[in-house]
Amino acid sequence: MDKIIVRGLNLWYGDFPALINVNADFKEKKITAIIGPSGCGKSTMLRVFNRMNDLIEGVRVTGEVDIDGTNAVSPEADLIYLRRKVGMVFQRPNPFPLSIYENIAFGLKIHGIERNADALAGVIEESLRRVLLWDDLKDKLKRSALRLSLEQKQRLCIARLLAVKSDVLLMDEPCSTLDPQATERIEELMRELKNNYTIVVVTHNMQQAARVSDETGFMLLGEMVEFAATREIFTAPKDKRTEDYITGRYG
Amino acid sequence: MMNPRTVQKIAFFSLFLSTLLIVVPVGMIVVIIVQKGLPAITWQFLTDVPRQGMRAGGIFPAIVGTLYLVLGAVAFALPIGLLAAIYLSEYARDNVMNRIVKLAIVNLAGVPSVVYGLFGLAMFVVWCRFGASILSGALTLGIMILPIIITASREALEAVPQTFREVSLSLGASKWQTIRHIVLPNAIPGIITGTILGIGRAAGETAPILFTVAAFYLPRLPKSIFDQAMALPYHLYVISTQVPNVDEKVRYGTAFVLLAMVLTVNLVAIVIRYKFRKQKKW
Repeated sequence: MDKIIVRGLNLWYGDFPALINVNADFKEKKITAIIGPSGCGKSTMLRVFNRMNDLIEGVRVTGEVDIDGTNAVSPEADLIYLRRKVGMVFQRPNPFPLSIYENIAFGLKIHGIERNADALAGVIEESLRRVLLWDDLKDKLKRSALRLSLEQKQRLCIARLLAVKSDVLLMDEPCSTLDPQATERIEELMRELKNNYTIVVVTHNMQQAARVSDETGFMLLGEMVEFAATREIFTAPKDKRTEDYITGRYG
Repeated sequence: MMNPRTVQKIAFFSLFLSTLLIVVPVGMIVVIIVQKGLPAITWQFLTDVPRQGMRAGGIFPAIVGTLYLVLGAVAFALPIGLLAAIYLSEYARDNVMNRIVKLAIVNLAGVPSVVYGLFGLAMFVVWCRFGASILSGALTLGIMILPIIITASREALEAVPQTFREVSLSLGASKWQTIRHIVLPNAIPGIITGTILGIGRAAGETAPILFTVAAFYLPRLPKSIFDQAMALPYHLYVISTQVPNVDEKVRYGTAFVLLAMVLTVNLVAIVIRYKFRKQKKW
């Protein structure tokens, strides 16, 4: 099943074309990695899915991005609904300067989902369990989230999305600030989460893409050069540019 | 050519001297006023009405008048200033209209206080028919401190990291929810500091209240916002220049009370800023 279907997507920052005629299908409950050198448009691509590019002035988009049957890039798209469904994990773990509890409660509060205190506590526990933080933090929920380790912060940011019932998780270099052990554990969590969530991860780290993803898209200068099963991309790339990149000839 | 070391010493010395020169007048003002004013401070001086043509008795009505004026000015300027600051920092785009507004704020801060007084007279006393009253005075002072509050609030709002806004929006919060739940709570210390500095300014000014509210001699407390009132800075001016044979102690005592009020308010601002800076969260 395809969760996100991208057709003829173009995006300009002013006059600069950042995405050029991109076509790709992102499969439901799989991990898709987007790789490519700096400035190739992979983060821009990711930010199309939850319309975070809208925050930049002078952005223009044409084409179609179908998520569950609605076009996410249409001007009529309901951004609040879209962003709730398509959650984002950022490069730098970025909990709010609030308690652990309030960080997760925030999303529920703004969407008016749980007003009942017991039910709220239940959702928070469930979300923290899913990211394997519950056992460590269950007695420290009132503590500031800023005192957590980087890895715990990143897990908390993921839990924050699970609480509002996102079903697509966009991850923008989610491990780039973490040490190798923490990275491994987050990758483990991603594998676990893909049973229930569709994950799109942008990464600089080709090994990470190879380790964790089911499908991989390789981007260069705003174009989606190649998009296929990860094993295929890394063992038998069809395009010369993909081959040159994954063998380390540039990038 | 002079030896670079000598030049360095001269430079260092002049810089140090200039810095010292800032401290000296402040220190002297405080010392003189405390020295000459403190002996006048008695319970009666703080709580009694002026007597014998303001040559004796106390300054209670002036203290109360100043408090009313300051409260009124803040009640008017804080909501408007804060909302304007939110608009300017969160919503306004960089266009001609916005630049005119910013320029207006800068200019508002540069207007001499006596001009505010005349404006207040024309606008509130005459045109709005509020007469010389606490209401007119408070509104005039409020307009005077608007730029302080707007500028401080804007800086506080803009100091909240952009990533907080991004994350909040990415979670599906609306722009207003983001401002209300994420940006504002983190900007409050700066907003409070700016407001308190505005209070200090409003408490100390004479010219804006001169034509709009201040009573020469009114030995009772105001009953409504349409009453005139005495105020400390104007009272000080009156007993220093308009009334002959006022004991020096009374004048310096009044100056002491005014200075103490303004310094206390500023001190509160400094403490708040210091406390929040220590627990700065990002």
